[in-house]
Amino acid sequence: MAHVKMKVNGREMGASVEGRTLLSSYLRDLLGLTGTHVGCDTSQCGACVVLVNGQAIKSCTAFAADLDGAEVTTVEGMANSDGSLGRIQQAFQDYHGLQCGFCTPGMVMSTAALLAENPKPTEEEVRHYLEGNICRCTGYQNIVRAVMAASGQDAGALAAE
Amino acid sequence: MHNFEFVKPSTLAEAVAALGTDEAQPLSGGQTLIPSMKARLNAPGVLVSLTGIAELKGVCREGDTLVIGAATTHATVAADAAADFPGLAALAGQIGDPAVRNRGTIGGSLANNDPSACYPSAALGTGATIVTNAREIAADDYFQGMFTTALEEGEIITSIRFPIPQRAAYAKFLQPASRFALTGVFVAQYAAGVRVAVTGASEGGVFRWAEAEAALSAQFNADAVAGLSHPADGMISDLHGTSEYRAHLVRVMTQRAVRAAQ
Repeated sequence: MAHVKMKVNGREMGASVEGRTLLSSYLRDLLGLTGTHVGCDTSQCGACVVLVNGQAIKSCTAFAADLDGAEVTTVEGMANSDGSLGRIQQAFQDYHGLQCGFCTPGMVMSTAALLAENPKPTEEEVRHYLEGNICRCTGYQNIVRAVMAASGQDAGALAAE
Repeated sequence: MHNFEFVKPSTLAEAVAALGTDEAQPLSGGQTLIPSMKARLNAPGVLVSLTGIAELKGVCREGDTLVIGAATTHATVAADAAADFPGLAALAGQIGDPAVRNRGTIGGSLANNDPSACYPSAALGTGATIVTNAREIAADDYFQGMFTTALEEGEIITSIRFPIPQRAAYAKFLQPASRFALTGVFVAQYAAGVRVAVTGASEGGVFRWAEAEAALSAQFNADAVAGLSHPADGMISDLHGTSEYRAHLVRVMTQRAVRAAQ
């Protein structure tokens, strides 16, 4: 067992892990941050996406021990400091960018990564960037709308309709 | 998955030493190895992470060669190779999805040699040199069939040296569920001639299409290969496409790559 420390959502945290402990398990089972969801557990679905040192990764496909000292942002870190919904979360609520909600944490985190590198993406760029995030309710139209709204753009009409 | 001892050396020498122990395997970005360990297709006793070794990372140009550290992620190649070798950067930017590209590495992809992976076509299509801790291996000697390479046990790829072509492009027919190539073709033009490498299609893994190379070396445009057809013998056949379908795609994707090459 090795003690692995990370700065998660701005707070120094740590836990003892086995070699095989995945980042998703470290966050959920050891730190109690269950906002990160594990969907397929095979790096296909993207429900487990978190930011590590600012980059979106699939937390089910990285070992916690390999990320000792990393800065991690999970969906819990996306709210405003007063606890109200952050900009991206609010857009997902306003545009009903979710149906069952299981994929939403990953969608929100991938959106955060996208908007950090491309603040005003086109609809096509949004769809392309979210390729690795699967919504099994197939609620993509409203998800794309929410991302457009979160980037401060017109979410009214989508070309793909 | 089965548990293992995890070690993360900070130098290449330490990594080579750690890999000398029984049942030790290298771990790069883990985007293939971790899923295969979950499926218990792979169960190393010791896993040696290569992601903490600074000398294995980065993209740099040396004259007419682009040198890429083996532990460089696909996302970094997509960004940092764009100016010197746009065809390679574009290939890197089509692998998997953004989150996979932030972890997966070029060295990991080449060491695994998945028959449908994108990078082997670029390495073979440029005649790249695979540099390891022990030696340099020409791409023509490196790829030895599906999931098989010239690497010895415990040998680590340290960098890949790509001769920068006059023009090149990769055309990928996406298998949308896996995001691997159903068939992908890398075409590169050099003063000495054109190289064409095909991934995703053959049961033998990545291969060069000699007929197309000859035709394109004589005349570099898509019409030059319009009359060629690749035989279906030895092509992969599965629920995503028959061997005849893939053989047809070899020519179609070669033409698309030629049209895209600038």
